[in-house]
Parts: sequence; C-alpha cells; structure tokens
Amino acid sequence: MLPSPFAFERPSTIAGAVRAVGKSGDGMFYSGGTELLLALKLRVIHTDRLIDIKGINGLDRIALNDANDIELGARCTHNKIANDPVIRAHVPALSSLCANVANIRIRSVGTIGGNLCFGEPHADPLTMLAALDARLVLIGPSGTRVVHADDFIRSELETVREPDELLTVIAFSRPTGPVTYRRFKHGERPSVNVAMAWSLGPSGRTIRSARVRVGALGSRPQPLKAIEDVLQGISVAEVRPAIEAVLPTALGELEVNEDRHGGAEYKRHLAGVLLLRNADEAIAAAGSA
Amino acid sequence: MTHVLPISFSLNGQAIAIDVPAHTLLIDLIRDRLGLKGTKRSCDMEVCGACTVLLDGEPISSCTTLAVDVDQREVTTIEGVTPPGGLSRIQKAFVLHGGLQCGFCTPGFIMAVTALLKATPHPTDEEIRHYLHGNLCRCTGYAKIVEAVRSLAAEQVSEDAAEPVAR
Repeated sequence: MLPSPFAFERPSTIAGAVRAVGKSGDGMFYSGGTELLLALKLRVIHTDRLIDIKGINGLDRIALNDANDIELGARCTHNKIANDPVIRAHVPALSSLCANVANIRIRSVGTIGGNLCFGEPHADPLTMLAALDARLVLIGPSGTRVVHADDFIRSELETVREPDELLTVIAFSRPTGPVTYRRFKHGERPSVNVAMAWSLGPSGRTIRSARVRVGALGSRPQPLKAIEDVLQGISVAEVRPAIEAVLPTALGELEVNEDRHGGAEYKRHLAGVLLLRNADEAIAAAGSA
Repeated sequence: MTHVLPISFSLNGQAIAIDVPAHTLLIDLIRDRLGLKGTKRSCDMEVCGACTVLLDGEPISSCTTLAVDVDQREVTTIEGVTPPGGLSRIQKAFVLHGGLQCGFCTPGFIMAVTALLKATPHPTDEEIRHYLHGNLCRCTGYAKIVEAVRSLAAEQVSEDAAEPVAR
C-alpha cells in the first residue's frame, strides 16, 4: 500500500531537524523507516512532513568516552552495532542481539533509536538497554534532557519523547561483569526476552549488584527485584540455588499480557527458563574471566 | 500535499535522473515507472524478502523504502545480476539444485545470496541459514536453497585451492 502524500526535508543539524519537525502540523523524524513506513503504509499513522535525519553528522557514532561510558548514536543501524569493534569488545551480548534483530534487510537500515522510539513492546534492544541502565538523550526546542531506559516507555507504542524531541544518543556505563540476553520467539519479534547484567567485585568472583529485566510481557521491560536482591553480594558459585529459591515469587510479580504469543503462565515459565540459561552463561563467563 | 523531489541514482549501473513524489516507494519506482518487473511485491511488510534489492550492496526491502532515499546511491535489482541471455552462477546453482519451484521468491533469494557471498564468500550452513532467515519460500522447504548456496561456497573454495597450481 502507498502512504498518504507528505513533504520531505533533509536538515543537516540537530537544531535544524528539531525546528523543522516543530514548525507546523504533524512533522516526524525519519531515518530507517522500518517501523514508521509500515505504519504510514497501513495509514494508522499520518504525517504532513518527514524530517530525514540521515544527513546529520555524528548521529551514527559509537564510542567509549573518557567517563568510561559507551555512547551509541541513535541513528546507528542494527548491522553497524553488530559489527562495531567497541561493542564487540565491551558488550558482545549487545552485538549478538543486534545481529539477530528481525532480518538482514531490517538490520541494514533499521536504527536503534527508531526501534526505541517506536515503543513496540515485542522488541529486542530496550530490554538489554534497561538491564544496562542506559540513559537516552533527548534534544528538543527547550534544551536537552536525559531519560533512563526504564522510564522511556509510557505505554504500548508510546514513549515519553515529545514529537519535537530528537533521540540523539544512548549511553551506558561500560559493563564490569557478564551481560546476557535470551529471547523466545515465533516470528520476527520476541515473545519473551530476558536480559541480565552483573557488576562484579574486584576478585571477579562476587556479584556487587545485578540488574535483570524481562521484556515483551507488558508495555515495558520489568525488573525482577527479588532476583536482583538475592544476587547482590553473593559469590558466583552461589547464584543458581539463590535464583531457584526465589524464582517462583519473582515470576509471580510480573505483569503479563496474554496475546497471540501465549498465555500468562506459559510466558512466565519461559521467562524463568531464559533467566536460568542466562545465569548459566554468566556463571561460565565469570569463571573464565 | 504532494512534494516532488528530483533524485539521481545508479540502477544496475545505469544513471537515472527522475522526479518522484516524496511518498513514492522504491518498488513502485522500479516496477511501474522504470519497468523492471523482476522485483516482486508480496508481504508488503519487510518479512518475506520477495522485494529484496541491493542498496550500495546491502539488501533492503524495496516495498518499505522511499524512492527519495536512493538519491546519489547505487541500486541493484535481479535484472542487474543476470547476464544478457543467460544465468549467473548463483542462478545456475538454484536451477541445478532445485532451489526453486514456483519462482516467485527467487529474485529476492538471488539478491540476498549475492550480498551474502560478497560479504562472506565461504559461508557455513549456519551462516547461510542466518542470512537467509528473512527470505520466505513456501515451495522448497529451504533444504534445496541451502544446498545451492553451499555448492557455491564449496565451488569457490575449490577454485581458491586450485589457484596456485593454475599460476
């Protein structure tokens, strides 16, 4: 199907893009279009103007900065992140996640920022970025603000980003322990996914803190607080029995939508299986470090 | 409001300069205005791969790409990888191994395999399946397609191995 007609602008700066989107009517930022064009073709979204951000320099940069933060430009394609040497060296699980988003054509043009801004609950990246406690940098007409990945989703397909705010950078501290991610899926989008990030103590044998997020079950990734609490301060060797002891309680606290991906009990069960497999991988990674 | 933009791009090596409405999809430009019908529209939602073309060598879904986005870039379609009056080595391998039946998905597969072999000349079975995961075929069951691609990977290996002797 053909989208309704719209105007097309190609600003070369962030300020120019923010101005262009806000000047009148319903302007929208546009990059890969892998989600937006689908919605425009189905005519469930309407826009007067697409503001193409592909001509803005620097939005596809990946770097480890002086503050030991990894910065991902919002316009980085999934393929770029998958193949980036900085990401491969410091967060191989993110590289692998991006190498398996949807299909090769989506990964060629689809961007991490577009994926986040679309707010699709059945998506891969946000679950891991929430486990990594990533910050999302939004630039709008009244300045810059930073939103934590956990707080970015307002509801299904809706984020806290204002229409004239451009997501420019996603930043997170360089991980100091294993990061793991697993998903279960029928089609191209995950039915359930689980990401876990450990911060290890100096010996590498003790967990200082852990963040666990379960995605695709509700509108946004959810923390497994009971698991995070029980992992804090224990040795890597104690992880498996510690998780198993609180797993039923932790899974019981998840809000789960029943949909074509499955019923609530089934998806809770899958989340538990994925979490335990992530734990086994993290234990092995900590042991070999 | 229709907003028309001039674009210039290379289509299978030929320079094209044309005015397009901003909301024109690449597949419609290629098929309807430029008359190259080898690229197929099927799912229209980036899932099936029938409309795959290469943009600067990377596979994309032409059904969900704006024509204005190919401005100043190189587009390759199935017509661009088919020698006049014959078949390419990838196409021959599909025929030889029975990698097609009805043939509707085949142009998309050929384009994806073209990109795969350029990036990874000797893919493993796992790499072949991972790369082609987003191209759907409802006839072959995929085994014959993987077999065809595997034969190309092997063929290149034996050619490479033979090179020092040939010199």
